[in-house]
Amino acid sequence: MSGSEFVRQMPGASPELSRKVGLDQRLHIDLPLLSLLLVLTGYGLIVLYSASGQSIETLHRQGRFLLIAYVGMLVVAQVDVERIKRLAPWAYLLGALLLLCVPYFGVGAKGAQRWLSLGGFRFQPSELMKLVLPMAVAWYLSNRTLPPRLKLIFASLVIIAIPTVLIARQPDLGTSILIAASGLFVLFLSGISWKFIFGAAGMAVLAAFPMWRYTLHDYQRQRILTLLNPESDKLGAGWNIIQSKTAIGSGGFEGKGWLNGTQSQLDFLPESHTDFIIAVLAEEGGLRNVLLLLLIYILIIARGLWISLNAQHCFGRLLAGSITLTFFVYVFVNMGMVSGLLPIVGVPLPLVSQGGTSLVTLLAGFGLLMAISTEKRIMDQ
Amino acid sequence: MKKKSPQPVPVWRFSIAVMLLMILLVLVVWRALSLQVLDTDRGYDFLQRQSIASSHRTEIIPAYRGLISDRNGEPLAVSTPVDSIWMDPRRLINNPESWSALARALDMPLAQLKNKIVNNRSRGFIYLRRHLPPASAKKILELGIGGVKSQREYKRFYPAAEVASHLVGFTNIDGRGQEGMELALDSLLKGEAGSKRVLRDLKGHIIRDIDQGKKASPGKELVLSIDLRLQYLAYRELKAALIRSGAKSGSMVVLDSRTGEVLAMVNQPSYNPNNRESLRPYMMRNRAMTDVFEPGSTVKPLTVVAALESGKYRPDTKVDTNPGYIRVGRKTLLDPVNYGVIDVTKILTKSSQVGISKLALSLDEQSVWDTFRRFGFGQSTDSGFPGESAGHLANRAKWRPIERANFAFGYGLSVTPLQLAQAYSVLANGGVLRPATLLRQQQAVAGEQVISAVIAAQVVTMLETVTQSGGTGTRAALAAYSVAGKTGTVHKATKGGYSDNRYRAIFAGMAPASNPRLVAVVMIDEPDESRYHGGESAAPVFSRVMGDALRLLDVTPDKLMTTKQQSVKPGRRKSA
Repeated sequence: MSGSEFVRQMPGASPELSRKVGLDQRLHIDLPLLSLLLVLTGYGLIVLYSASGQSIETLHRQGRFLLIAYVGMLVVAQVDVERIKRLAPWAYLLGALLLLCVPYFGVGAKGAQRWLSLGGFRFQPSELMKLVLPMAVAWYLSNRTLPPRLKLIFASLVIIAIPTVLIARQPDLGTSILIAASGLFVLFLSGISWKFIFGAAGMAVLAAFPMWRYTLHDYQRQRILTLLNPESDKLGAGWNIIQSKTAIGSGGFEGKGWLNGTQSQLDFLPESHTDFIIAVLAEEGGLRNVLLLLLIYILIIARGLWISLNAQHCFGRLLAGSITLTFFVYVFVNMGMVSGLLPIVGVPLPLVSQGGTSLVTLLAGFGLLMAISTEKRIMDQ
Repeated sequence: MKKKSPQPVPVWRFSIAVMLLMILLVLVVWRALSLQVLDTDRGYDFLQRQSIASSHRTEIIPAYRGLISDRNGEPLAVSTPVDSIWMDPRRLINNPESWSALARALDMPLAQLKNKIVNNRSRGFIYLRRHLPPASAKKILELGIGGVKSQREYKRFYPAAEVASHLVGFTNIDGRGQEGMELALDSLLKGEAGSKRVLRDLKGHIIRDIDQGKKASPGKELVLSIDLRLQYLAYRELKAALIRSGAKSGSMVVLDSRTGEVLAMVNQPSYNPNNRESLRPYMMRNRAMTDVFEPGSTVKPLTVVAALESGKYRPDTKVDTNPGYIRVGRKTLLDPVNYGVIDVTKILTKSSQVGISKLALSLDEQSVWDTFRRFGFGQSTDSGFPGESAGHLANRAKWRPIERANFAFGYGLSVTPLQLAQAYSVLANGGVLRPATLLRQQQAVAGEQVISAVIAAQVVTMLETVTQSGGTGTRAALAAYSVAGKTGTVHKATKGGYSDNRYRAIFAGMAPASNPRLVAVVMIDEPDESRYHGGESAAPVFSRVMGDALRLLDVTPDKLMTTKQQSVKPGRRKSA
């Protein structure tokens, strides 16, 4: 009997079989991960309350989305990993199709078209792609001999490139980079040769100049220039980064106290409840709270990597590893851009910034991790 | 269904991933450290200052300008809070879609606003509307347009309007004194602006105070010596007289002779300081202090003082004015009729040119000038009032007879109405000169005995006859109070000599004569020819004002008794 068939029989299986497994495993819950996520999202709500200008309404909204996202996570966690793997290519095709529709049927704001409206319900196909792309690459590679040879790598790169280019053209540079990263992580974890890695890095450097010259939008170029010298445009493009650095720095080690930040409470800090929320925490909570938040993130990532390492199947290991590393990239890119290390690319702080869709996607990803994590234990029986 | 035993993913890849992760993590932590804790160039200290610089502002707290009131506390100048709207054109220039709403709220043509913004695009502060009622300013601010802000100011309001405008003066839109007492005592009134540090948000709204820098110290309250009731009275009567006589201008001063305080000082023409749109410079002069005139016959009592002091004359010394004229040098001085042999008192009663000239010519060359000098002519009252004139009292090395005669009846020197009133208060006050003051005094201004009390009393008694039947100033008489005073009718000095048909009518006097309390001078410039005489146009104003003023001040009438017993008493008059 294959493991996957065994798993499919698990829910409501005969009592003598389930006697040895705990309630958490029967419900496909990874308790350490769930606890860490609850701590993080709870902490996030506290920060969000201050960052939104003490808006109870925002808190309620975020709370409702969190509830939906947690339910979604638990539902995803119930799905058999094998089924996920089988669904991966179809989900990828669907996602790519939807992305293709965006330029024709999509709705947008501020010069970017990112949304599809289906029966009054608006969603971003790129959010779906965040989960589906690593699934698809993992599916593709896990069925083949690893480490992958050149042909496989090339095919994987095509799988990655299609959604990346489509999303970059919306334009949504930040998301496209993250999605590309999530696919590349799968490739990386699959054990591709260093030759390819260094070769690709060299190509990227060579490609940087023509990219800069021909493919970046003006505002994207501006963001990078502004990063290098924010003082050059204090009231315009440099405003955000100057204000956020001021907010972070003026917090010091101790912080100014919850709800007492001047930069954040007096509207100097733009996007304080979304992309720049960490600056609010840094100003009001100081370095110690930033480190605390970082610790929670590290623990989540550590747990994710542990799950990945202990996954029984190659697909699960690649997928869990990619999701975890991508989560880290979210955290890093957000913190990097808010603190002036990276250009401002519009990446929210995962699970803390306001935003419903992103919560649902992220927690669905953790649902996948839980599915992978609980599958493994059953296999151990 | 699925391929069995997939190749295991190499674990070392995870190690590398974790290492990479660690490096990036260290990068982020280092970044946070260098921004928040470490002593770096643009680290905590710098950013802390940046944060304070952007959200903390030092606000100027305007000082409340001191109240000006009359001696009884009636307000003459009060400050009310108003808001002025200003803008930062550097911010508005980037936000043209807000202009039309702003223009509507300001009640300003859009084109004008646009010009204002565009022409000042590099500046940070431009007033849009000054001195709006706080409610209207709030409406504009509620539009929430970035770069449009308000500033608290105080606007001056003058409840007594044109009645006291010359004395009180006014401030400009920035609250600085421009005229009158507002200017004279500006440093006292203005107080000292304070400051405080406030927390403000991005749009410049003040969230709360952080700390009090320096408290604003409000200006001092100023209590003027004038009595607004008397001021109204004097203003009303002077204005009525000017309308009646068609005169060009006029002034009236009422002094409290015992203290030297000015109780009323009015001028025509006047202006409303609350609405200065049609203000012309000629309306603004406080003529009672700034304009000089030749006092004419009103100084004859002072010449008589000089005569009495010489010892050559007593009030009843006879002087021969026959034949009704006298030749001095090449000039002939005339009386209207030949008064014959009259005493010194009668010279004042009838205002005899011949008599007074004879007195003057019989005295020392310098003595009349010296007497005038002692009465304060030619010297400022030191009130500090802007534009106050000291008058003109030139001494000469050698006096020609005609000059001495002219001087004796008030030509060849000039005084202000206030100086004349001050001189009469010397007579009223037993020979003590108290500098006239515009501020209420706790006690009488320190005075100086400039003539003997006896002579002062004698002259007052002589001056009473002026308002009695046969005198030139009967129309200054009051029913209940005895009045001592002197008329004056002066030919105006014009280009090329004295005018034949343009006059100044003057009355200077005091009441009650038995124990003088009030001294007043009425000066009317160019009354029409039918009633140009001081006794005709100035004396009635004096009596109307003084009658009511004395009653208002509860001064005991002294005449009800004396009219009945006039033939028997009083002894003082017998001796005169």
